[in-house]
Amino acid sequence: MGTMVTSTEKIAQTKIGLGEGKRPAGPNGGGNGHGKHGDESSSRFTPLKYKIGMWVALAAVTMTFTALTSAYIVRANSSNDWRPIEMPRILWLSTALIVASSITFEIARYALKRGKSSLYNRWLMLTVMLGLAFLASQLMAWRQLVAQGIYVASNPHSSFFYVLTGAHGLHLLGGVLGLDYLLLRSWRKGYEEHAEERRQARVNSVALYWHFMDGLWIYLFLLLFLWR
Amino acid sequence: MSDANVAHEAHEVVHRHEPPKSFIRKYIFSLDHKVIGVQYLMLALAAVLVGMTLSILMRFSLTWPDMNWPIIGMIKPDQYLALLTIHGTIMVFFVLTTAPQGGFGNYFLPIQIGAEDMAFPTLNMLSFWVTLVGFIVLLMSFFVTEGAPIGGWTAYPPLSAIASAGPGQGTGMNLWIISIAIFCVGSLLGALNFITTLLNMRAKGMSLMRMPLTCWAWFTTAVLALLAFPVLLAGGVLLFLDRNLGTSFFVPAGLYIKDVIQPHAGGSPILWQHLFWFFGHPEVYIAILPGMGLTSHVLSTFARKPVFGYRAMVFAIFAIGLLGFFVWGHHMFISGMSPYSAMAFSILTLSIGVPSAVKTFNWIGTLWGGKIRFKVPMLFALGFVSLFVAGGITGLVLGQTSLDLPMHDTYFVLGHFHLVMGVAAIFGMFTGVYFWFPKIFGRFMSERLGRIHFWITFVGVYCIFIPMHIMGIVGMPRRYSRFAENGQQIYYFLESLHPLVIFVTFAAIITFLAQFIFFFNLFWSMFKGKKCTENNPWEATTLEWDTTSPPPHDNFAGVHPVVYRGAYEYSVPGAPNDFVMQTDPDEFGEHEGSGDGHNGHKH
Amino acid sequence: MGRALAVIIWLLTLASVVLFLSGWWFPTTITEHGPRVDQQFLITIIVVGIAFVAAQIGLGWMVWRYGANSQNKDERALYTHGNNRLEVLWTVITAVIFISLAVMGQRVWAQLHFSDAPADAFQARVTAQQFSWNVQYPGKDNKFGRTDPTLIKEDENNFIGLDDRDPNAKDDITATTLVLPVNRPAELILRSKDVTHSFWVPQLRFKQDLVPGMEIHVHFTPTKVGQFQLACAELCGMNHFSMKGTLVVLPQDQLNDLMNLPPTQFQPKLEELRGKYELGMIYDEKGTKIGKSY
Repeated sequence: MGTMVTSTEKIAQTKIGLGEGKRPAGPNGGGNGHGKHGDESSSRFTPLKYKIGMWVALAAVTMTFTALTSAYIVRANSSNDWRPIEMPRILWLSTALIVASSITFEIARYALKRGKSSLYNRWLMLTVMLGLAFLASQLMAWRQLVAQGIYVASNPHSSFFYVLTGAHGLHLLGGVLGLDYLLLRSWRKGYEEHAEERRQARVNSVALYWHFMDGLWIYLFLLLFLWR
Repeated sequence: MSDANVAHEAHEVVHRHEPPKSFIRKYIFSLDHKVIGVQYLMLALAAVLVGMTLSILMRFSLTWPDMNWPIIGMIKPDQYLALLTIHGTIMVFFVLTTAPQGGFGNYFLPIQIGAEDMAFPTLNMLSFWVTLVGFIVLLMSFFVTEGAPIGGWTAYPPLSAIASAGPGQGTGMNLWIISIAIFCVGSLLGALNFITTLLNMRAKGMSLMRMPLTCWAWFTTAVLALLAFPVLLAGGVLLFLDRNLGTSFFVPAGLYIKDVIQPHAGGSPILWQHLFWFFGHPEVYIAILPGMGLTSHVLSTFARKPVFGYRAMVFAIFAIGLLGFFVWGHHMFISGMSPYSAMAFSILTLSIGVPSAVKTFNWIGTLWGGKIRFKVPMLFALGFVSLFVAGGITGLVLGQTSLDLPMHDTYFVLGHFHLVMGVAAIFGMFTGVYFWFPKIFGRFMSERLGRIHFWITFVGVYCIFIPMHIMGIVGMPRRYSRFAENGQQIYYFLESLHPLVIFVTFAAIITFLAQFIFFFNLFWSMFKGKKCTENNPWEATTLEWDTTSPPPHDNFAGVHPVVYRGAYEYSVPGAPNDFVMQTDPDEFGEHEGSGDGHNGHKH
Repeated sequence: MGRALAVIIWLLTLASVVLFLSGWWFPTTITEHGPRVDQQFLITIIVVGIAFVAAQIGLGWMVWRYGANSQNKDERALYTHGNNRLEVLWTVITAVIFISLAVMGQRVWAQLHFSDAPADAFQARVTAQQFSWNVQYPGKDNKFGRTDPTLIKEDENNFIGLDDRDPNAKDDITATTLVLPVNRPAELILRSKDVTHSFWVPQLRFKQDLVPGMEIHVHFTPTKVGQFQLACAELCGMNHFSMKGTLVVLPQDQLNDLMNLPPTQFQPKLEELRGKYELGMIYDEKGTKIGKSY
């Protein structure tokens, strides 16, 4: 009673990517494609969750460093007190270490993919060592600057040097903790559903983070010492 | 509801997740998104009580500056500014950001998309506890030497960067920065969870364009938070270093404060403003978007009509979110930044009015031809629309460069943003509380008290904030702790406003008192309210009404819901009821499966 | 219930409109660009007012008209998902109106900000500090003396650190009152000693922050004579509310007399001239009273 349907026309009915085109009669009208847990009695685990989560987290990290480095660029041009510091030589070592760590991580991942667990553990250990060595090398760079009498407040460039390397170091420390967690997991295996899938997903997302930190360092390195 | 039962039989039954048994795991350090949501709501409730009290004290001080109050004594100018700073900070961060997103979003986003929980429950729990710590740190600033900071919630340096620039700018200001930094971390963890959950954990059949508009709003809000809070965090770190390690990011050379030349050189105060407002403008959308989503949701439910222009609504939410990142400069027209970029910011700012207007038109379109049921949540949703228009529309004045020149930092701005991002957003929260209370607590709130609360609040906020626009046009600057000293008006051009100031204060007191009706209703109804035994008391369509009230630990009692249609299928011709739930697999004549967000479908 | 709500919405709308219409709330402007700001404001507030009233009436009407019928519970609402033509229509219309407003709003802005002050502009340096205003006039030589924060000695009345070894500083006048000539472009050079302040005289129809570390130039032409209050509009600390100053706009000849005096006689003469003009009243260029400025 009293119901009517307004006749409306189709104007610009463009489909957006994830929407469902045809009017579905059944439940397959879209969804995210992961709702395939019909017959298996399981919690809803999907490896995609870790991947999306990590990318989203990296977006936040990117914004943090975008803010800091745009402040760096603005500050460099806003005043005449900008005197770049001499680059501590040891930063080349840092760069080599972190690039090497990305490579060893990839080797570890490859080993895991082929099911060679002990090989994976060893390369992962090496990655942790390289990560820690990178942090030590960064600390050495700080000590070298301090020895020259260059502190956080000495000049704007040194302020940014300490802030950017410090923030990056903290994030990398987070990555080292992630690696430790992976190691711990592979030494003390507990029972869980989809153990292998979960393991892969964890390794992949830590790897993503680790390589991102590697790339971030190279960006910061270029910005601090090669961009003028 | 029989439909729900039919729907459930169609679902595959899988094993249930048992809730934790111990009290601490169940209610304190809970991983359950519903408990965390309620925790967030309680935090916001505590925060709003503090924030509101501070604002009433401010009105007292403005109206009767020389009065000696019992207990608190006379409110001194610096104390007023401390009230102002903490009021702003609490309201923006711990109320407007936590309740709509952390509270309702946490509770209902997973349920509305048919998930058992958030993607990362542990991070979710951490996010709440981190936020709580931030709140406690902020309140601590009242109890340190010299008290809370006086620099306003925008904390412009150098006032915020130099400890000797004023009382409260020492330890209090440090605590403020720490609190905000902690808050940023908490919000980022939350945003991470929201985005991942929404992208990855939707039930079978829940395509993006079948989602309730609330989910779209929470999702967009989470994206804004994810991209905006890191910038505030970065700015906060730099400000902290300027204050405590002697760096000069924001502090220029040669500052002469308290007879001392400050040992800084070359920093730029405007840089802080850019970083702050790059975060600050999206923040106002973080506050209002969930309210917009919920308003659409509730209007449709109680008008018994599909949302008018669902797809346009989704685009509008996105457009607002996107444009929100390109308009921060309109807070800085008079700051001394480039006048050319000011022009670009101004045009972008006014274009953000377009999606906002589209939303308003669609809300009114949703009501058109409806069969409106005037329950309390509906009253607040309608109030939201009215207030959003009243507050938002003056943005057309403030967004223009040349009109911002006289209006900037006056009461006009206060009236504008309090109506649109303060009161409208709070009406969104009231809508949420009255609407979802039966689902959360399994009892109804009192309709009668709810109505009284609505009428007083709705009229009250108009009486408080509309006159502020007039004060602003006359030229009353904001953030003045008093306008008279020893009974003498300080500025002659503000003398005529005194009656208006008194009127606003009385309106504020009445509105303030009316909120205790709400608090009473809330807590009384939790224990003594009429029991809600049905799943779907409002005869709504979305998934949260498909489960018990309150929902079990895993939301759907081990059942994975399957979704067959869009979120707002009301008054479908040929259907047995005037609402068709999303999980209802039945087909109804030619209209089956419609409402996938396509406007104007017809076969 | 629906009808009551509709009535309340309409009453609140009516009250808001009446409040806005019950007076021209702006203080009278005393600058050349002021009337154009006022005109733009008027246009905008009319557009805003119409949109506000239309939306509230529309909302009220829906609420009035479409309440559920308690007699006939089976009656259903209109089943529609919207109308794309309507969506496009109102999007385009609002976009055109809003963006035109934004573009129109740029005219005064451009006039104030896109060009430098004319060469014959009267110059004054305004230096703000917590919680007072300092003004430096270049004196007869039209050159500002050098200032240096390390030379500030507040107990010796050197509030801006004027360097008295600089020959340009010899005839500079420092005062706490801003004096400008009528009908001649004025250029203010805005600086701050400590924190950010904002220069705000409601009758001038503009505001400008004074940012430490920056020197911000603004220019405008006062068109009325009189004494007006200068307030700070950017939160600057504890006594922000009392950071009051005075702007005095004088007829050309009176200003010339004043500026040609030796710095020591400036203040007494200024006090004498101020006696002629009542605070908040406006006078024409000859000094005849026209009316109230607020």
